[in-house]
Amino acid sequence: MQWTINGQIRQAEVDFRTSLLDLLREQFQLSGTKKGCNQGACGACTVLLDGQRINACLTLAVQVQGRSITTIEGLASGEALHPVQAAFIEHDGFQCGYCTPGQICSAVGLAGELARGWPSAVTADLAADDIAFDRLELRERLSGNLCRCGAYNGIVDAVAASLGQEAGA
Amino acid sequence: MNPFTPSHDTRHEEKPPGALAGDYWRPDGSPDPLGSGLHAGIGVSLARVDGQRKVTGQAPFAAEFRFADMLYAALSYSTIANGRIVDIDTRAAEAMDGVVLVMTHENAPPLRTPPVFLGSPHGAAGDDYPVMQSDRVHWNGQPVALVLAETQEQADAAAESLLVRYARETAMTDFEIAKSQAREPDSVLGGPATITRGDADAAFETAAYRIDATYTTPRHNHNAIEPHALTLAWHHDGKRETLRIHDASQCVDLAVTSLADVFGLDPGQIHVTSPFVGGGFGSKTLWQHQILAAAAAKLAARPVRLALSREGVYRVVGGRACTEQRVALGADSSGKLQALVHTGVAAMTRHNYLPEPFVQATKCLYGVDNLRLAVTVADMHMLANTFMRAPGEAVGTFALESALDELAELLGMDPLALRARNEPERDPLSGLPFSSRHLREAASAGAERFGWSSRHAAPGSRREGEWQIGMGCATATYPYQRMPGAAARITLDAEGATVEVAAHEMGMGTATVQTQVAAARLGLPVETIRFRYGDSSLAGAVLAGGSQQTAAIGGAVIAAQRALVDALLARLEDDSPLAGLSADDIECRDAGLGAIGNAVRFVSYRELLEQAGKREISVEAKAADSEEKSHWSMHSFGTIFCEVGVSEVSGEVRVRRLLGSFDCGRILNAKTAASQFRGGMIMGLGLALMEETWFDARSGRIMNPSLADYHVPVQMDVPDIDVMWTDIPDPHTPMGARGIGEIGITGVGAAVANAVYNACGKRVRDLPITLDKLL
Repeated sequence: MQWTINGQIRQAEVDFRTSLLDLLREQFQLSGTKKGCNQGACGACTVLLDGQRINACLTLAVQVQGRSITTIEGLASGEALHPVQAAFIEHDGFQCGYCTPGQICSAVGLAGELARGWPSAVTADLAADDIAFDRLELRERLSGNLCRCGAYNGIVDAVAASLGQEAGA
Repeated sequence: MNPFTPSHDTRHEEKPPGALAGDYWRPDGSPDPLGSGLHAGIGVSLARVDGQRKVTGQAPFAAEFRFADMLYAALSYSTIANGRIVDIDTRAAEAMDGVVLVMTHENAPPLRTPPVFLGSPHGAAGDDYPVMQSDRVHWNGQPVALVLAETQEQADAAAESLLVRYARETAMTDFEIAKSQAREPDSVLGGPATITRGDADAAFETAAYRIDATYTTPRHNHNAIEPHALTLAWHHDGKRETLRIHDASQCVDLAVTSLADVFGLDPGQIHVTSPFVGGGFGSKTLWQHQILAAAAAKLAARPVRLALSREGVYRVVGGRACTEQRVALGADSSGKLQALVHTGVAAMTRHNYLPEPFVQATKCLYGVDNLRLAVTVADMHMLANTFMRAPGEAVGTFALESALDELAELLGMDPLALRARNEPERDPLSGLPFSSRHLREAASAGAERFGWSSRHAAPGSRREGEWQIGMGCATATYPYQRMPGAAARITLDAEGATVEVAAHEMGMGTATVQTQVAAARLGLPVETIRFRYGDSSLAGAVLAGGSQQTAAIGGAVIAAQRALVDALLARLEDDSPLAGLSADDIECRDAGLGAIGNAVRFVSYRELLEQAGKREISVEAKAADSEEKSHWSMHSFGTIFCEVGVSEVSGEVRVRRLLGSFDCGRILNAKTAASQFRGGMIMGLGLALMEETWFDARSGRIMNPSLADYHVPVQMDVPDIDVMWTDIPDPHTPMGARGIGEIGITGVGAAVANAVYNACGKRVRDLPITLDKLL
């Protein structure tokens, strides 16, 4: 079986029961992706599948053969942090750090959804091409990622700042 | 930004911040000069020193270490609350691919019952139930088998294939029945279960204004996002057996001593590290899973990884007990309290010393001559309850501070004015002076910023469409603690200093803040400080609990700084600019030692090391005994302000605004402190509005052991939270600081309930405040 993980082709033979999450953590030792509930309730395992955010715990490894997966380990360019990663440090968007990779991957996925004009439950104008990423919109779109330390304000600050940065860049 | 003027204690001669701390813990001592506010590095918003690793996925947690040839574990849990195992059919499991071991009570090695926290000075265990030693079942969810297999998938499938037959016996699983047989616990946090001053019941009967109400709070689970996990290996070099554990722990040293008891080893044979912990909140201590994993690894003679499933955490790791509390308040027409009764019952087992101490906050908050506090417990067949963030205060302040709000309304007084009216001059029970109490200032500054004066006293008088809007407040409090056992090692070299303490970082910012403190203490740039922690082989023992780490580590580093200065002075050359000076004449400044008040008399650390002919100098010292609490009543305080909207259509509660104004001594890092306060307050929102562990009264089983069914606050539940602090240093603590990890959750339940009442006129005395209770 084969996957493209963080731009590299990786191969492994795994149990058909193996989730994408366990493939990453146990087979490839990419343990930056976290296991918080293993049932799709907490978002700690969020990764990007062909650029879109998914819960790796609810995805079987066999199901996504040949696809491209980006994890927290694949976001930085060498020593240079991804703008979302840097913003999380600046705005203290975490405490213990366990939900953080999922939050960051979720934020990167969210930016893509906004760019594609996908509305959310709180988007006022469903037909709008340009969705304003105000705090309500960000909070709604980040509500699938639990943070028990309660870094929610800092997470929204970080995502808002990094989106602004990307938009301004 | 901060409305308070930084102040310092002026009773003592001002020393520079790098000067050695005097006996801050003694009445004739002097404050730690680092708390003076004169050091530019204290209070600054330094970004987390481990931030880069956490945002890149490079911070390793317990289930992410590996040993060669490692096996994966899965547990099977009992489905009865009391009785015995008749048989376990392991044949199918043992025949499955990859299965190496099925461990049950029939083949588990002898394991001594672990010493429990507070039951023994070296106890870390949450309960003292026997660990897989017989056919007895003590609670619904008890591990009855452990499977080891080559992969997690194989272990999980095999654990599910086990067939267990039970002989069920009568079990006490209904709190409503259990509480009718409540008993007085032996002690509550080492103190008496009943405390009286004056005659509270008589004074209550004759008081002009009276509130007498019952408040109930449900069970809670910590739900740290990292489930409990460990990766371990036994080693035998022919002579000596050792056990190496990567654990998720907030007490590495107690874990070692407890496991040593269980396995009959010397503590020196066990090494526990825990560099990153994905949240603890009181739960990351020692429970059966660590013992079972180590036992199974020994049987299989291979390393083991055991990562509890989310359900497993609910089955094996205790949570906060449910409580039923009575608060009776009697006051005169001016609002002066004449009687305060706070009593009640919490669910418990006979298997630890942790009755939910819900009267803790009531001991220090109000000046009242007649006081009666009593905690009773109701024994149940259940997993032992344990401490969860602000044990006692989190749920106790819900009852007490709701009752204050009810009394304020009865009196027609502003709730803040009622609290101010009863502000004590000295500790109401011990009579000791407060080390530093500035609750009045915190409350009024918070009220000002929140716009409390715009609150309508009459419930239901503010409305926006379907939303009824209300405001509420409540007092927050948590005691200062500095437990014995802390020690620190400082190793000075040409590049800077390494500071080592067997303490913990679970997200509180300990590593960051202690790096700042060590830099300020030693007069070194923060980049040159290496702070090491989370390792049982390091100096001392510091429990990450009771909001005590900052003070405990601070006290140890103060002692180690003195030892370092003594060591450096002892090696001075005769013609040194510092010759003839004693440690008390010295300050650590500019990467060296200098004479206080003399800019010329200075020698850099590098020169001192060179002159001593040493590459490094390493000292270790124990913190001074924690004497301060015998001289002063020491607590942190705060006021929580909340504004809610209650939907008239659905009963839904939305928290629109939340502010916490705190008095916690000197704040050491504004950025990480704000996150600690907000984090606690958000857990308080969960307690107020949604959190509840469903315990089936028929079966004793937890019915919502998942993050899908146990609701914790998510982004959409949490507004932008405002936090502020007095920043007034406590003259009797290291750095002038008191702990901040737990106070944030206190008071929030009542602030929300009081706001809900103000919004819609419904007084909810039963947490959580779900919409059905408002329709």
